[in-house]
Amino acid sequence: MTSPAPVDPRETASEQELIASILAGHRETFHLLIQPYEQQLYRTAFALMKNEAEAEDVVQDAVLKAYRKLASFRGDSKFSTWLIAITLNEARGRLRKENRATVDSLDAHENSGDFTPAALTDWREVPLAALERQELRELIQSAVAELPDAYREIVTLRDVEELSVNETAELLGISISLVKVRLHRARMMLQKKLVPHLKLVGKTASKARMFGRLPWF
Amino acid sequence: MVLNCRHVWDRISEYIDDTLDPQVRAEVERHLAHCEICSAIIDSTRNIIILMADERVFELPLDFSKRLHARLDEVLKHEGPEPLGIGP
Repeated sequence: MTSPAPVDPRETASEQELIASILAGHRETFHLLIQPYEQQLYRTAFALMKNEAEAEDVVQDAVLKAYRKLASFRGDSKFSTWLIAITLNEARGRLRKENRATVDSLDAHENSGDFTPAALTDWREVPLAALERQELRELIQSAVAELPDAYREIVTLRDVEELSVNETAELLGISISLVKVRLHRARMMLQKKLVPHLKLVGKTASKARMFGRLPWF
Repeated sequence: MVLNCRHVWDRISEYIDDTLDPQVRAEVERHLAHCEICSAIIDSTRNIIILMADERVFELPLDFSKRLHARLDEVLKHEGPEPLGIGP
């Protein structure tokens, strides 16, 4: 296990006040408290459930649980980490109940040092603006969805939600070095899967700029 | 130590996160200076990471927030948070 992620006092000062206020009886304040984390919780739940409706249910139940258990939040980790931990538990509980909790065999991935990334020297950059295209969003979503479960969880926490390696390790209850190994494998799998497609998107985009229109695929 | 391409591939993730030890990082950079393939692989991986973090990729379903707060309202109306020491 790792030590809890460091808490930024500026970030938590107002949160602590909100929490104190809710516990003192201003229940409505709970809306404000969780608002900044809705998308993060949804992404966490979606990484496990792989389904929009179920992810939404998980977040609703996790948020209600966080409200009911608010007095037990001690402030020794970030409030966001506490919320994400509740969401992960909620999602895992559901998967277990439905016997969908899959245990990936990662041995094959983790022991094979012979991974070869996709080498495409003419591909450099796909601009963020390209995400306006649903095709690109769907490509990324499906590449993430196809990762083994343990890799998808790590990539979601670390690269989608941009948590630190320490927070990711704390939330998943694994060592920092295992987070790094799995994150590396996951990123390389995504690279291999996505780059040939991104190249296509990138090329079409630059052609589009040349001709002043957006034909895309 | 002179790194070959495979050595560099094994360090891509840590290179991008800037967690390599400075000496190893310098060796990776020396390799990248003359290896177009590894440079392209690192650029593409970094770009994928940037794209993945964009909030448009995993967007909230329509009215997600509205439904969440409506359900929360139902509970807030009737219940306060539990006092410490109740239940697991």
